Amino acid sequence: MSSPADLLFYLLAAVTIASAAVVALGRNILHSVFFLLVAFTGVAGLFVLLYADFLAAVQVIVYVGGILVLILFAVMMTRKVATPEVSNEAVGLWRGVLLGATALALLLTIVLKTTWVGSEPAVSPAAETSTVAGLGQSLLGGYLFPFEVASVVLLAALVAAAILVRKEVRGDDTAE
Amino acid sequence: MIGLTHYLVVAAVLFVLGLVAVVSRRNTIAILMGVELILNAASLNFVAFNRFSPSFPAAFDGQVYSLFVIVLAAAEAAVALAIIFAFYKINRTVNADAANVMKH
Repeated sequence: MSSPADLLFYLLAAVTIASAAVVALGRNILHSVFFLLVAFTGVAGLFVLLYADFLAAVQVIVYVGGILVLILFAVMMTRKVATPEVSNEAVGLWRGVLLGATALALLLTIVLKTTWVGSEPAVSPAAETSTVAGLGQSLLGGYLFPFEVASVVLLAALVAAAILVRKEVRGDDTAE
Repeated sequence: MIGLTHYLVVAAVLFVLGLVAVVSRRNTIAILMGVELILNAASLNFVAFNRFSPSFPAAFDGQVYSLFVIVLAAAEAAVALAIIFAFYKINRTVNADAANVMKH
């Protein structure tokens, strides 16, 4: 009796959680990277279900198309060609799983036992509305200062990354 | 009927899986991937609370926060990968256990 949207939620949630499990527990780092791609896309799908259409597009563009490609470059350039299979060992995995299980128990207790304000979706927006206009108004209106600060942070990250990977400038380099 | 708690549970599981990746991995790039999973879980929380808040279609605050989380995650991933590259140039490995020069 569940509607297609409910089934879609369960499918997306299952895909995202399974991919995140491969990222966390997989032995081969390339598998982890590609399943991280699937996890990001799954989260973008969940954003769409939550009526955050612009955010879903930004998630795909920035996370999958930017960050994941960067991570893939890094993995490709730094892996040992000899043993690609066990390139991602988890040493002391049982400690991590124990910590994870404890954290999960704590978080699930909090989530399921609290009576959240506004838990029932009172309003669904109209079918043709998009959040782009509202987000634009917010970013250049109430959230203008964080927007500008974020652009400065991006500039700082750019400069920092460029400095960190440049070659050392030696004193006896006379190439001009 | 899919409610707020469904999304919060999914976000909690994603957070815990990211935490397991950060704590138990030796490959620094895999640790970065775990951090990205944690940030995604937080974004999902923000957007879920925005959707189920009483002032929903008029208020976008949760989505604005998630937008900033995405921006900051991009900046942080770029700097983290630059650090990993610089480390790799010196040590020829990305194993986190190799970063023990200050230990003695």
